Amino acid sequence: MTVGFIMLCHTALWRAAQVARHWAERGCPVVIHVDQRVGIRAFDKMKADLQDMENVQFSGRHACEWGTWGIVAASQEAASLMLRTFPAVRHVYLASGSCLPLRPVEELVAYLDQRPKTDFIESVTTEDVGWTVGGLDVERFTMRFPFSWRKQRGLFDAYVWLQRKTGLQRRMPKSIVPHLGSQWWCLTRQTLSAILEHPERPQIDRYFKKVWIPDESYFQTLVRQVSSTVEGRSLTLSKFDFQGKPHIFYDDHLQLLRRSDCFVARKIWPQANKVYTSFLASQPGRQTASEPNPGKIDRLFAKAVERRTKGRPGLYMQSRMPNENWENGRTAGPYSVFCGFAELFENFEIWLSKTSGTRVHGHLFAPDRVHYAGGERVYNGALSDSAALRDYNPKSFLSSLIWNTRGERQCFQFGPDDTQKLNRFMAVDGNAQISVISGAWAVPLFHSNQNFGDIRREAARLQKIEQAYLTTLRSAFVKARVRIWSLADFVENPMEPLQTIIDELGPRQARRLTEAPRMADLTGFGQFLQNLRNQGMQPILMGDFPVGDDPASRNSRRGRPYLVK
Amino acid sequence: MLFSTLRNERIRLPFFLKYYRDMGVNHFLIVDNASDDGSREYLLDQPDVSLWTTKHSYKRARFGADWLNWLQMRYGHAHWCLVVDPDEFFVYPFCDTRPIRALTDWLDASNIKSFPAMLLDMYPKGPLDAHPYREGQDPFEIAQYFDSGNYIFQRNARYGNLWVQGGPRARTFFADDPAMAPALNKIPLVKWSRDFAYVSSTHMLLPRGLNQTFDEWGGEKASGILLHAKFLDTFAAKAEEEMTRGQHYSASAEYKAYKAGLETQPDLWCKWSEKYINWRQLEILGLMSKGNWA
Repeated sequence: MTVGFIMLCHTALWRAAQVARHWAERGCPVVIHVDQRVGIRAFDKMKADLQDMENVQFSGRHACEWGTWGIVAASQEAASLMLRTFPAVRHVYLASGSCLPLRPVEELVAYLDQRPKTDFIESVTTEDVGWTVGGLDVERFTMRFPFSWRKQRGLFDAYVWLQRKTGLQRRMPKSIVPHLGSQWWCLTRQTLSAILEHPERPQIDRYFKKVWIPDESYFQTLVRQVSSTVEGRSLTLSKFDFQGKPHIFYDDHLQLLRRSDCFVARKIWPQANKVYTSFLASQPGRQTASEPNPGKIDRLFAKAVERRTKGRPGLYMQSRMPNENWENGRTAGPYSVFCGFAELFENFEIWLSKTSGTRVHGHLFAPDRVHYAGGERVYNGALSDSAALRDYNPKSFLSSLIWNTRGERQCFQFGPDDTQKLNRFMAVDGNAQISVISGAWAVPLFHSNQNFGDIRREAARLQKIEQAYLTTLRSAFVKARVRIWSLADFVENPMEPLQTIIDELGPRQARRLTEAPRMADLTGFGQFLQNLRNQGMQPILMGDFPVGDDPASRNSRRGRPYLVK
Repeated sequence: MLFSTLRNERIRLPFFLKYYRDMGVNHFLIVDNASDDGSREYLLDQPDVSLWTTKHSYKRARFGADWLNWLQMRYGHAHWCLVVDPDEFFVYPFCDTRPIRALTDWLDASNIKSFPAMLLDMYPKGPLDAHPYREGQDPFEIAQYFDSGNYIFQRNARYGNLWVQGGPRARTFFADDPAMAPALNKIPLVKWSRDFAYVSSTHMLLPRGLNQTFDEWGGEKASGILLHAKFLDTFAAKAEEEMTRGQHYSASAEYKAYKAGLETQPDLWCKWSEKYINWRQLEILGLMSKGNWA
């Protein structure tokens, strides 16, 4: 007993001829169908090429436009010819002109000999499973499709829309339960002849002639009526991408194809010489009669589809520029923004990087230049420290920084004196952890040696900016993890908030903080705020600092690190 | 088919032609803008080069775009056309294992008409003139380095394309005036139709749909890179010449900035510069993408 191949060809006939010869020389009869639309010259050449092979036949030609009945008609005719001409054939294998056998055909024959009654055909009910990639499924069976999808797309879509609107439906023949599946099957003589000699075939054919993409449903549906053993998978390795077009194999897939243990693969690029020569050469038969195992190839193509549809989170590049809220992650990884901490604590940056083990920058958005960690002039990915370049497109700046440092958490200081252009972007970014001590910008002013009039003006300016910032952070659309303390609250009890922040930074450092950073001297700060008030500038963001009741004087451990008891 | 326009690039030509022949380019159509260094004679000797010569102004021809648009309209219709300068070297996904025909066949099958490739400036470590370029040499043996992550992206509402700036030129020459930094977005590979036209160099095309080479819904489309071998020892002389000719964009402002920059700070290299290995490196760094090609 043997297996016969039907090949449906429409391009690269010389490759198809090579494959046909390969099978025929190994004792498997081949019936070739060449698309009607292929020129007579090319067809004659292929015929002449295969003239010497007795077990290669050509069947009557049909025009096979994608999605139409022609392909089914071609398969029917070729199958009839196969069953008629080659009585030794028990299984018929439907392949295309761009298919390639990956394992010696003897192994396929042996595999089928062990399963003499099994039909290999993917066949999925439309009701249960969304088998299709986009587009129509049940509607393929219930609508009419008089327009060409390739050439009259507008009319095609409009007519589908009209039928959906009006609810017009075709009646299905009673015996039919619609099934869909890959068009590449391998059926037994019994099953195939039962389908071809079906008593109601004229009616069924008439119905399927107007079904959309009948090559993925005709045999798949009918096999359920006549077959005793359906193995619901195709023996052909064929992967489809997100648009429903087949993935193509190239020379660099050679090893992958070798290890897949599939019998036949499609589609192979016609110019993939290495793949063709190595698989069409006589291969030594292997001992193990292993099952097909396309797992690796599945993963490769699944990853490709994911890259095309979802992309890499946080990456902005020449071929990925997502609209707002379609970023799948505005930035590439989590990062932390600290407002007011460097002002309240001395050497906060050094302390933070020591305790948390993260990269701690200064004010990245400072007006003079970008203050990278360690005072670097250029940073990861050759990012410049030029404020002009940064402010020209701050979003590109920040997303590049986070992308360039993937795998290392970035922390930076921020404040009302910095570029505020990116506030909304960060507030809506789920990767941002924003901690604010509101009003802490007043501490450096308090320590500065400026005229009070200038201080007053500066304080008013910074307060206005920070108020706008806080409004942004408190709005409903915020996705960042935001924490806001007033200066007074924070000074009252600094350890607890610091502990929370550090815990979030790195789950591995789940230990208690033993040392807080040294706080700036706040003696007389309450009086300073009162002076501002007296000058008509109402400081409201710091919280309540009563005059004379200095937090520092209340605390006997002034000027020393806070110790946890 | 490859289209190019050039002037006095004799020393670069042997490697240029070899690079693209190895990639699988069938034919070169080149406009020579009054070279006087033997470029013309050299090209006339090549069997697969068709040469046009003009003495007219590069600037008046909208920086060569008009010449090439005309040639493409005439000879490029229904072909895949790659338009590059003699110092641009096209890199696409799998270019080390698949010829360019594999790419164009795949683009055809996917109904994609235009393929983007951002310009990536390559530079050597140390002063530009430390390693003189020899004829026939791979320029990236000298200019091995590039900036991996300092690019700036924004949309151009008028033509629907993406406007890309950044890289070493923005970092060193335009740090104070970023808006003037040169555009790096290019769409060099197009299945040409006689109705198409390049608007400004190969930065953007008409009709505007061809500029939609980026995905807006979170995914990545396939894209390549043009390795830019501009910063070799030949650069200083070129900048000098182009300034006196005044034939480049915005009254050669770019070249003025280079000249000023070159006099003070000739080393583009920094400790974060990335050394070029292959296209897979560029894809991991996020400069180009395989899209759904696998």
